Amino acid sequence: MWRLPVTPLAKLLEAALFASARPIPTDELATLDAEASPAGVRAALDEIRETLDNDGHGVALVELGEGWQLLTRPEYTEAIERAQLAVRPARLSGASLETLAIIAYRQPIGRSEIEEIRGVAVGSVLKALVERGLIDIVGRAEGLGRPLLYGTTPLFLEHFALRHLGELPRADELAVALRPLIKAAEPDEDGVADDADGESAAPVAAADATR
Amino acid sequence: MLSAERGPSSFDVDLEAYQGPLDLLLSLIRDEKVDIYDIPVARIAQQFLARIRHLPLDEAADYLEMAARLLRIKAQLLQPRHEADDLWEDPRAELVRRLLEYQQVREVVDHLDHMAEDRRGRFARAWLPEAATPPVAPLAMSLPELMAAVDRVLRVTRLPTLHEVVSRSLDVPGAIETVRGALALRARLRWRDFVHDGAEPWQVLSVLLALLELAKLGELRLAQLKPFADVEIARDAAGEAA
Repeated sequence: MWRLPVTPLAKLLEAALFASARPIPTDELATLDAEASPAGVRAALDEIRETLDNDGHGVALVELGEGWQLLTRPEYTEAIERAQLAVRPARLSGASLETLAIIAYRQPIGRSEIEEIRGVAVGSVLKALVERGLIDIVGRAEGLGRPLLYGTTPLFLEHFALRHLGELPRADELAVALRPLIKAAEPDEDGVADDADGESAAPVAAADATR
Repeated sequence: MLSAERGPSSFDVDLEAYQGPLDLLLSLIRDEKVDIYDIPVARIAQQFLARIRHLPLDEAADYLEMAARLLRIKAQLLQPRHEADDLWEDPRAELVRRLLEYQQVREVVDHLDHMAEDRRGRFARAWLPEAATPPVAPLAMSLPELMAAVDRVLRVTRLPTLHEVVSRSLDVPGAIETVRGALALRARLRWRDFVHDGAEPWQVLSVLLALLELAKLGELRLAQLKPFADVEIARDAAGEAA
């Protein structure tokens, strides 16, 4: 079969992706070659992905967690694990998943709101999730005691192989549904105020992410 | 960990499977096949209380709060009201709202669990960059300075204390023979007959093991009438017969 020769940029990016243990964001990949344009990087990434998919490779190029990463294909998981060459990360408990889900859809969100939805105390679960790097403190709410607000981290996206929060299942529907009705019933001005809060917390999250 | 202290109630195992009072309520509603918008509060409250009866205190708080809430709703439903009262609000409404909200969380959790499982089965490179450490500064020291430093260290280091450990193995077979011999002469003996004041630890242990071994074999019976009293050793009639 006649094939296009692999471009030098694609080879360079493939090498970088192979060497990295974490997903590499597109703009970071662009810094590998000063002459590469963003469009050129995109094209090279497509080239790598297609080569890996079409030529029959055991790894695939996956976009997740705000970057790109080479991952083994699912059909080889068992064999690799049986040979003890790699270990799967620990599975999250039901309590952790519930708490994470609420934070993911409702961030930034305080502890008391999470407890209201789940109906149980979540202090220790929050601490464990922060320690695992899946959530972080992204700001403080206005109001009594200025409670801490939590949000998800880039590692959260990686853990669930998401590119961004918009890829969460039924994101548009549930972000609204998981908002307590008391809030939804409030007049519009309050809704605007809520959004402003969200924006004020967002830069903190971004700062955390770049740290 | 706690299950051992909780006793053998069959409910304990069940409750481990629930993520909290809302989860328990939802599954009761499912099991009883009742309409979530028209919950028979009295019946559900009774079952709820039955399920949480054996909870350890530190886990019970969340469940007890819900139990109290259910009983309050039940009481409110019992209050008389006028048919044409437009202002009447179903006391169950808030609970239903929370249950529906929680149910949505559970649905999302199922999705997320699948996604995490898929991702967990795909391995990335395991290499992680090490934190950059500054190079060690070269040692700026002359040889005489170094020797002086070594001398200082050696001077403050005390000589280590050495203990000599003499191993002395137990003589259980010998003790067994002694006890058997003594019991052949007398049917009843006391611990003090075998172990004298000032006996070596290995002797005491040998006699103890010998007595336990013979008791196991059914050749004698051991009795201690009260704590720290002398142990009484008696020939076992059954063992004798055999």
